[in-house]
Amino acid sequence: MTYIAKPKFHHPGLKKNELGYTHRDYEGKISTLCAGCGHDSITASIIEACYELSIEPHRVAKISGIGCSSKTPDYFLGNSHGFNSVHGRMPSVLTGANLANRDLIYLGVSGDGDSASIGFGQFAHSIRRGVNMTYIVENNGVYGLTKGQFSATADRGSKSKKGVTNTDNAIDLVAIALQLGATFVARSFSGDKTQLVPLIAAAIRHKGASFIDVISPCIAFNNHAGSTKSFDYVREHNDAVNRLDVLVGRDPISVDYAPGAVQVVEQHDGSKIALRKIDADYDPHDRLGAMTFLQKHAAKGQIVTGLLYVDPDAEDLHEHLDTVETPLNRLEADDLCPGSAVLDKINASLR
Amino acid sequence: MSDKKPISSVNDFVVRFANVNGSGSASANELFARAILRHGVPVSPRNIFPSNIQGLPTWYEVRVTEAGHLGARGGVDMMVAMNPQTWDKDVAGIEPGGYLFYDSTKPMPSTKFRGDITVIGVPLTAIANSTYTDPRQRQLFKNIIYLGALAALLDMDPKVIEQLIGEQYKGKEKLLSSNVHALHLGRDWALQNLKCPIGLRVKKADKVGDRIFIEGNSAAALGAVYGGATVCAWYPITPSSSVAEAFTSHCKKYRHDAATGKAKYAIVQGEDELASIGIVIGASWNGARAFTATSGPGISLMTEFIGLSYFAEIPAVIMNIQRAGPSTGMPTRTQQCDIIACAYASHGDTKHVLLFPEDPAEAFEFAAAAFDLAERLQTTIFLMLDLDIGMNHRLCRPLKWDDARQYDRGKVMTAEMLEEGRDFGRYLDVDGDGIPYRTYPGTHPTKGSYFTRGTSRDRYARYSEEGTVYADNMQRLVRKFETAQDLVPRPLQANAERPTKYGVIYFGSTAPAMDEAIGLLEARGHQLDRLRIRAFPFHSSVASFLAEHDFVYVVEQNRDSQLRQLIVNENGIDPVRLVPIVHYDGSPITARFIAKAIGDHQDHLKVTPLRKAVS
Ligand SMILES: Cc1ncc(C[n+]2csc(CCOP(=O)(O)OP(=O)(O)O)c2C)c(N)n1
Ligand code: SF4
Repeated sequence: MTYIAKPKFHHPGLKKNELGYTHRDYEGKISTLCAGCGHDSITASIIEACYELSIEPHRVAKISGIGCSSKTPDYFLGNSHGFNSVHGRMPSVLTGANLANRDLIYLGVSGDGDSASIGFGQFAHSIRRGVNMTYIVENNGVYGLTKGQFSATADRGSKSKKGVTNTDNAIDLVAIALQLGATFVARSFSGDKTQLVPLIAAAIRHKGASFIDVISPCIAFNNHAGSTKSFDYVREHNDAVNRLDVLVGRDPISVDYAPGAVQVVEQHDGSKIALRKIDADYDPHDRLGAMTFLQKHAAKGQIVTGLLYVDPDAEDLHEHLDTVETPLNRLEADDLCPGSAVLDKINASLR
Repeated sequence: MSDKKPISSVNDFVVRFANVNGSGSASANELFARAILRHGVPVSPRNIFPSNIQGLPTWYEVRVTEAGHLGARGGVDMMVAMNPQTWDKDVAGIEPGGYLFYDSTKPMPSTKFRGDITVIGVPLTAIANSTYTDPRQRQLFKNIIYLGALAALLDMDPKVIEQLIGEQYKGKEKLLSSNVHALHLGRDWALQNLKCPIGLRVKKADKVGDRIFIEGNSAAALGAVYGGATVCAWYPITPSSSVAEAFTSHCKKYRHDAATGKAKYAIVQGEDELASIGIVIGASWNGARAFTATSGPGISLMTEFIGLSYFAEIPAVIMNIQRAGPSTGMPTRTQQCDIIACAYASHGDTKHVLLFPEDPAEAFEFAAAAFDLAERLQTTIFLMLDLDIGMNHRLCRPLKWDDARQYDRGKVMTAEMLEEGRDFGRYLDVDGDGIPYRTYPGTHPTKGSYFTRGTSRDRYARYSEEGTVYADNMQRLVRKFETAQDLVPRPLQANAERPTKYGVIYFGSTAPAMDEAIGLLEARGHQLDRLRIRAFPFHSSVASFLAEHDFVYVVEQNRDSQLRQLIVNENGIDPVRLVPIVHYDGSPITARFIAKAIGDHQDHLKVTPLRKAVS
């Protein structure tokens, strides 16, 4: 974590998005993570996605737990409120924040230690409730901040830096998210910005619980031979099912791919995701299919990446609770307090 | 055969019903209490129930008290013994000269009775079985039949009970008439076969006034509605679950948008207490009023987050309905045993605001006030109830709300204020009261955003592990706690008729027993000034009270005299001058207990030197 703010100097020629913001407006403080840490690439992808979506930076609430990954919200969207909560409990804090104000965009950033161990329950329950959020796990298979212990996503048989073999089974957060009813589920790799940026953009536009597991190698503790979360290993075993583009607004699709190679998914808010199929058989609307596809490939040692499942008609927690459109934090005493006349009636009923 | 004169008392006695959990007796027993209330006679009922759903013993005690004493009295004048399992203990608990009411379908041998009590047998099962064929009906109406018999024995007006049944089964005519029928079955049998009325009687009076009859948990939940809470996250635990359940039902009634029918609230049953308090903190961080309700074990789980609320300065309201600990302790028994755990919850140096309501009326007021305090002080506020007021109906003054009252949303810097160029430092002490300004997420495109964390940071919320920066922040938090002293409800003092060197400090649900105990102590010749503490941090009047008295008794319902510890710790007072009076068997403290404990100590103080002089 750092208190070093970036200089505010803007090059006059910097490209601007629809809102007139430059890339710099989406940046945060200078990262203090290890040089080459996968998490920094994810930070860059988040910045890129928000820039491309022309999001107002201050309308994002970025919430995390504790860990190297959880520090990253300080390094993007410097004009938005961030919350580095407690280890593993980002999901509940985010859920509460979301309940208080449904109008903001909620970005939850977590680590595999944070989400698959201490916070496994909270991860599961926030997904199952359908909280409208983009939940990103920066998954390096180890505890980075506490210096390299295996996390629960470390594959069985993989080796630690000191050569110790992991004998526990791994938790696959993507499989769990699918099982729990996440309505947008993806896996990606921090080293593949072309895939990751549109995935994050699409997840942000998705209404409902979006989950992205991003394999993010830890340079310091998990980037050696024998690790299944190293840069080399992931590059070699990455099996992408699709590539996607996010088309904001209602512009006609003008991607010139071969007919049948593109699948367009229209989301609630009118934005569209154009999926370029890599695997011809893959259907991202089939939850069950996605689960089996994932298991089959995992058995072969392959890491499936891409948008694995999406339900464009998803509902979110606010719909389940049937809350008013006005954010709850904006309701005033007049809206909330039934007043003394009602209290008198209540008193009368208690005699 | 009674070798002691039967107790004779009008509108001042204790009836206890011994039942088996799950027998459906609860509503009949409550009907009994309400019927007496409708006679204009105050009652103070208590539910004594086990930690399981079916088959274990349960008791319901009704203290009939024209004088209006709302604490438990201790002792039983009439036992309605419906549970063979607890028969021996129940019979043993009757006061000499008291009454035993039982189902004489299978008469008990005389060896099962005591010689100094009056035994009243009513063949309840036989009556029920001859009238009803359905087993469930037989069981349920047996309860109403004993209610009818008791009405005759205690000289109660059957019309009053009929009217209550009418209110209960409004629109369900069949249930209404069958209940009234059962009531008369019992009453008629008693009138024809027994000498009615007995020495215990209910006589119409006019002693209830405009008071209401409500459980503390329900009142606290209503306080949350009036206090503007919009987010509630909770996890079931006795005795706090009924807070969230009541909040849900109050919200369903009063919190829907008239035009759309949509909810102006969000209630989430968390997966555990960690999630519940996390949701509360997230919602409060984002500018909504949020609370959770829990009990001791839940507090244990929440402590990490409570530390975050303290250090990162995020409002939160926790209603802690205390029960007997440690661990699962006695989950359905009452205590005031989380005082220290809550006052200093979490790791590191922390201090939290505690509110101690004495009854449902204060539970309502303090619950509503808790949201103002949480936002004003940007910290966790604990509303400390206990099972005794939380889950029992209590007679109290009507709930009051001033329509002119504005919510105190605390120091929130708005987009306009930021635009004016006001210096925003999240942890800057602008006003010298230790309370900084905050901004809600999403306020302004370029100003006022900051990073919230439980890690040390400077006044502008910039991460820092600099020792001086950390200490500066910790000092400000102390200042803020000092500010809290004048914002929380003040202690209430009541002086004895004559000047005295002795005082007593008490709090929360002990209040009614204490009020009654004072009378008993005066009768023994002891004069004591009283101070009822209503909040922590302690107001300066607590220190003055301690300074003005040689000995101060501290009465509380826990083993280790936790409030006393807190007073000693916070006031740096010589502990010898604070005499602990503790009651912690899980039953509510009684006036008799307090009067005996303090009275004996006082006698000892006065008598010992005298004896020495004589010898
Ligand atoms: C209650 C609690 N237990 C333990 C810790 C110590 N701790 C800090 S970060 C961390 C693990 C972080 O691992 P991960 O979430 O995978 O993030 P990474 O650092 O690898 O990005 C642990 C165990 C803590 N902060 N709080
Ligand atoms: S320890 Fe690992 S996870 Fe943490 S910053 Fe360094 S490389 Fe990244």
